[in-house]
Amino acid sequence: MSDPAPTRMTYREACKQAIRDALNADPNCFVMGEDVGRYGGCYAVTKGLLEEFGLERIRDTPLAESVIAGAGIGAAIGGMRPIVEIMTCNFSLLALDQIVNNAASIPHMSGGQFAVPVVIRMATGGGRQLAAQHSHSLEGWYAHIPGIKVLAPGTVEDARHMLAAALADPNPVLIFEHVMLYNEEGDLDPAVDAVDISSAKVRRDGKDVTILTYGGSLPKALEAAEELARDGIAAEVVDLRVLRPLDDATIFASVMRTRRCVIVDEGWRSGSLSAEIAARLADELFFELDAPVRRVCTREVPVPYAAHLEAEALPQVADIVTAARRLAKPQ
Amino acid sequence: MTGKLKIGKEHGQRLFREMLRIRRFESKCAQLYQAEKIRGFLHLYDGEEAVAVGVMQALQPEDAVVATYREHGHALARGIAMEPIMAEMFGKVEGCSRGRGGSMHLFDRATRFLGGNAIVGGGLPLAVGTALADKSLRPGAITTCFFGEGAAGEGEFHESMNLAALWKLPVLFVCENNLYAMGVPLEVAEADTEIFHKAKAYGIEGEQVDGMNPVAVEIAAQRAAEAIRAGKGPYFLECRTYRFRAHSMFDSQQYRTREEIEQWKERDPLSHMQQWLTDAHLMTAEELAAIEAQVDEEIEKAVAFAEAGTWESVEDLERFVTMDEVPQ
Repeated sequence: MSDPAPTRMTYREACKQAIRDALNADPNCFVMGEDVGRYGGCYAVTKGLLEEFGLERIRDTPLAESVIAGAGIGAAIGGMRPIVEIMTCNFSLLALDQIVNNAASIPHMSGGQFAVPVVIRMATGGGRQLAAQHSHSLEGWYAHIPGIKVLAPGTVEDARHMLAAALADPNPVLIFEHVMLYNEEGDLDPAVDAVDISSAKVRRDGKDVTILTYGGSLPKALEAAEELARDGIAAEVVDLRVLRPLDDATIFASVMRTRRCVIVDEGWRSGSLSAEIAARLADELFFELDAPVRRVCTREVPVPYAAHLEAEALPQVADIVTAARRLAKPQ
Repeated sequence: MTGKLKIGKEHGQRLFREMLRIRRFESKCAQLYQAEKIRGFLHLYDGEEAVAVGVMQALQPEDAVVATYREHGHALARGIAMEPIMAEMFGKVEGCSRGRGGSMHLFDRATRFLGGNAIVGGGLPLAVGTALADKSLRPGAITTCFFGEGAAGEGEFHESMNLAALWKLPVLFVCENNLYAMGVPLEVAEADTEIFHKAKAYGIEGEQVDGMNPVAVEIAAQRAAEAIRAGKGPYFLECRTYRFRAHSMFDSQQYRTREEIEQWKERDPLSHMQQWLTDAHLMTAEELAAIEAQVDEEIEKAVAFAEAGTWESVEDLERFVTMDEVPQ
């Protein structure tokens, strides 16, 4: 018996299918956010869903991030399963109070009496010349906070299936969709109808150096690995997928094999997720490492508009290749 | 007493007893604070009891309550037992938040008491959300959201007013206007000091109520709850009240005069209620004594319960940071 042919779709379409499935599966699930209905979503993820599900389940909201997030949190406490969309993580700063002081805190602060099973999706990252207030990668900040789970789907498969796992989780889950991925196409294995939201995944095997990354930097890391292979360097690419809680076991196992590690993180370097991972590697694998851990991060500037400046600011394939080459010499 | 509500003996005594429970509970808390049994912040509700007690008369068991960090009164009036509240103040595992919340974060699933929220204005979006869920899952249920007038300065207040009105959500907004946001006088913080005007700007029915009078508050809350349950959307009560004590235990009250405090104390809801019940022959001296004895006994038992309570195991420090399931 031959396997059915894989389905090819864009990351955007995968996100939409995931939402459609969730709405069909649970009458208490609904979508709310700015421009999710009539406009079809700022990045067109929810386009067409209003016609399919109606105004009660695809709820356009005022431009009011705090009450959008807070109402989602309250509705989750009240028994609904809201999918909240915040246009970009840059705007989520207006909702930080609700996310940190309520969603992340109430389960513990109430002694476990209330869970907050809300899902909040937002776009993240740069590369589209949208300048400083639309291009930042703030998922690392959220990964700082106990009480929430932070997901970064970097593949079409994860975009397709992470949402269901997030909705099934009793905790607040934040999903960061990188803006440069929405148009990316990928194959969906028809045999896979679910993914976990607990593990990191090795996306390419290699023995010479580990490249740890996630989200929008994953395709860049894979391209870099391809280029390194031409030099005879076998880079292993690990997709973190889940930024909180981090899957230390998979990270450590890979670095134990290669003994060298480059972390690619589109957040700024100072106080970043990459810094946390580097510290964990230093704590746990100090004597296993053959070289210092290197990091490729966004330059410490508000991401600028001009194409050449933006490109200079963000992590690029060449930066990853250079960092990896310095660690692992061609054999 | 104003309004059209006919207050019988049982009803009148209930209002008085509930206010007395709060007043004496908190007086005991202040002592226990000095004795260092209670630590952290302690925000007392003295003078404002009529608001919580009056509003709670209009609520049903299926309703939800979102309160502030000055919420001992709301918790008691909502029907959370005094023992787990006091144990929470002590930080004991028998407390209503297992010692993780303390004075500012009392929670109780059984009465849908969704916490004291210590971010000014932070509870309003949450209340909009529970009301949104209730509209689908518990038709007829309402969420009552308490906040101070200081919250009117926050963006979250305005975002919440608008969305609740826009989606006609069953929220009873109760502004406890005690004239000072910590030490900031109302007129220093608000361009329009009539807070209920702001609700009207969002098309929400709103009114100003004498927050020193539990009957007036109850009448207004009943009227509000009835309108909300009839599907007319949110309702806004601005209860004018006054805090007799300091903002917290660390406040030298430079921002107001002793004379002002004394003037407001002449309007003490407890002594007025007591006088009124006595004059109207609704409470005898013996009944008063019995109520006082009951309340004192309840407090004594609550303190003993808290004293006898145990500490959460430090191994469980991280328990409930993430949940394994949604409690049903």
